Amino acid sequence: MSPAGTTRAKKAPAPQKTARTAAKKTTTMKKTKSARGPTTRVPAAGPDTAHRMELLEDMLRIRRFEERCVELYSAAKIRGFVHLYIGEEAVAVGVNEALTPEDAVVSTYREHGHALARGITAEAVMAEMYGRTTGCSGGRGGSMHLFDASRRFYGGNAIVAGGLPLAAGLALADHMRGQTHVTCCFFGDGAFAEGEFHETANLAALWKLPLLLICENNLYAMGTALERHEAQTDLAMRATSYGMVAWAVDGMDVEAVERAARQAVEGIRAGTGPHFLELRTYRFRAHSMYDPDRYREKGEIEQWKSRDPISLLTDRMRENRELSDEDVARIEQRITAEVDHAVEAAEQAPEEPVGHLLHHVTSSSARAVG
Amino acid sequence: MGGGRTHEEKTTYREAMREALREALRSDDRVFLMGEDVGRYGGCFGVSLGLLEEFGPERVRDTPLSESAFVGAGIGAALAGMRPIVEIMTVNFSLLALDQILNNAATLLHMSGGQLPVPLVIRMTTGAGRQLAAQHSHSLEGWYAHIPGIRVLAPATLEDARHMLAPALADPDPVLIFEHGSLYNVSGELRPPSEAMDLDHAAIRRAGTDISLITYGGSLPKALAAADELAAEGIRAEVIDLRALRPLDDAAITASVARTHRAVVIDEAWRTGSLAAEVSARIAEGSFYELDAPVERVCSAEVPIPYARRLEQAALPQTADIVAAAHRAVD
Ligand SMILES: Cc1ncc(C[n+]2csc(CCOP(=O)(O)OP(=O)(O)O)c2C)c(N)n1
Ligand SMILES: [Mg+2]
Repeated sequence: MSPAGTTRAKKAPAPQKTARTAAKKTTTMKKTKSARGPTTRVPAAGPDTAHRMELLEDMLRIRRFEERCVELYSAAKIRGFVHLYIGEEAVAVGVNEALTPEDAVVSTYREHGHALARGITAEAVMAEMYGRTTGCSGGRGGSMHLFDASRRFYGGNAIVAGGLPLAAGLALADHMRGQTHVTCCFFGDGAFAEGEFHETANLAALWKLPLLLICENNLYAMGTALERHEAQTDLAMRATSYGMVAWAVDGMDVEAVERAARQAVEGIRAGTGPHFLELRTYRFRAHSMYDPDRYREKGEIEQWKSRDPISLLTDRMRENRELSDEDVARIEQRITAEVDHAVEAAEQAPEEPVGHLLHHVTSSSARAVG
Repeated sequence: MGGGRTHEEKTTYREAMREALREALRSDDRVFLMGEDVGRYGGCFGVSLGLLEEFGPERVRDTPLSESAFVGAGIGAALAGMRPIVEIMTVNFSLLALDQILNNAATLLHMSGGQLPVPLVIRMTTGAGRQLAAQHSHSLEGWYAHIPGIRVLAPATLEDARHMLAPALADPDPVLIFEHGSLYNVSGELRPPSEAMDLDHAAIRRAGTDISLITYGGSLPKALAAADELAAEGIRAEVIDLRALRPLDDAAITASVARTHRAVVIDEAWRTGSLAAEVSARIAEGSFYELDAPVERVCSAEVPIPYARRLEQAALPQTADIVAAAHRAVD
């Protein structure tokens, strides 16, 4: 499933099968149904054309939004660390399909995609990157710390793996109150090396918490390739050692991601505890805007681009004769207008007054106005 | 505390804490206690003994040895509307959860532009004096007092042990409670709280006019003993118990120094970069013209706390050191 040039490609043509089998073997689950990954792709049973259109639009929105971010960064309109999600859009969009508004999401610093997929508007995210009052964190967070309490979006955490314990707590609260909500936590392959991941995996499995662990394995933790930071690179297989259901998924295929996420969420809502999905994906851009990207071969990037999640879907839809050039143009137009509007609004939005500097340090300072 | 207590009946600091926990668990079903060995074992210092039997394993929740995960889980549960009380065995172990405390609990409200308050209480033991050596004895509460966004409390009396928890739970923001290990067995008659128990004010534990002994937590009994000795010599020391290490009650410190014109700050942490340094700096900033003598500090020796009793006691602030410092200021 993955282009050559990586250990993963050398290892197995269909690594998700291995992990899935491992999950089946080691899991303590009774409901084997939820432990089983989808075996074949059945287009007839998949989402209909309208749904695929939505998936396409959601992925394109993230792509175009971030391409604009690059321009704005070069123009010094936005600053700080900015981590692009370009290439990984299928993960955020596919996973979000499985979630309801009552579910909670915990994200990382590479979070524009998660936030937009969750329904935070391009306007609110862009204004945040501009550091404006109208930003989704009132200008305190920037690109790495997007929040929206009303959407149960508990933010961008810039400490690698730092969101995992918090996500377990959100899940614990729902669990204790007998609610069937799921908490979905995104993190990278690099986070798998952190103690906080392993502590949380154990705790969540031990307490059967309704936690969906979404490991975005893009093969790199900054400049360190997976095989240079993990002794055993089959992450899904390792996750099963905690007694939770886990399998690997083609993270470039948005429909495959959606199916897997729905299946995992179904298992979690049925009370069978945390599920782990390893989404095999790739970032097309550098780690952040600061990164000169010297640690990987251009050829590797090009090979992965041949499995661009957006073209993968459009090709499939064109094959099915459910997508025309006019459809694409219409969607692109809508998104351009949306992003244009977000930028204009951010440009015009007021800056947070310096007099508000000490707001939101404690709840009493948060109440202070003026 | 139940009404039928007779006058002679004594309570320990540990029991006062336990009673506070029991009351919190009884009065609000969003409250739960979680930490290592808080349930079946009864708490590593016996504070939560019996609570598992009364409230069950969901609400008195034993955790694996995963400080970061269960402190973080407390933060997440607080975000989702619960009122968790997380117990960490000692402050030395809290360093394994420092990421969660500093990078999440203390920052989420701000980073989210005010959307996400974290109503979490974290309790832990601090301090030396029980020959537990250098990985169980340090006083790092001053580090936490450095952090904006959290409240740091140090109950030093039975009354504070009993009555600080409820307002801490009512606080919408994270509150850290430091219980000095040498206080758990302190026993006495538990008085009803004199005023409404607040978390903002220092307390005058003994009034005086000649010198201010400013301290908190496990050093309070030593400061009071020093005040007794000084009184025998005719020096009337005022003893200020800070109670809250963040935010500091500047007004109480200033008012006391305005009465006495001399101050000794007693802090079991190391002197360098300590809370004692902060208090001294504030006196220099706010009360400079009130001072008749340089501010004195009595802190622990700059050494990892040793095991051997003689060495450990030599490292810690002692009553005699406080008396000597007061003499330097007064003479
Ligand atoms: C605890 C911690 N250590 C180091 C960093 C610096 N850092 C930021 S992102 C990153 C790589 C993380 O890789 P991964 O988890 O795979 O996520 P990705 O960036 O690939 O999405 C590193 C080392 C950090 N932010 N937090
Ligand atoms: Mg990565």
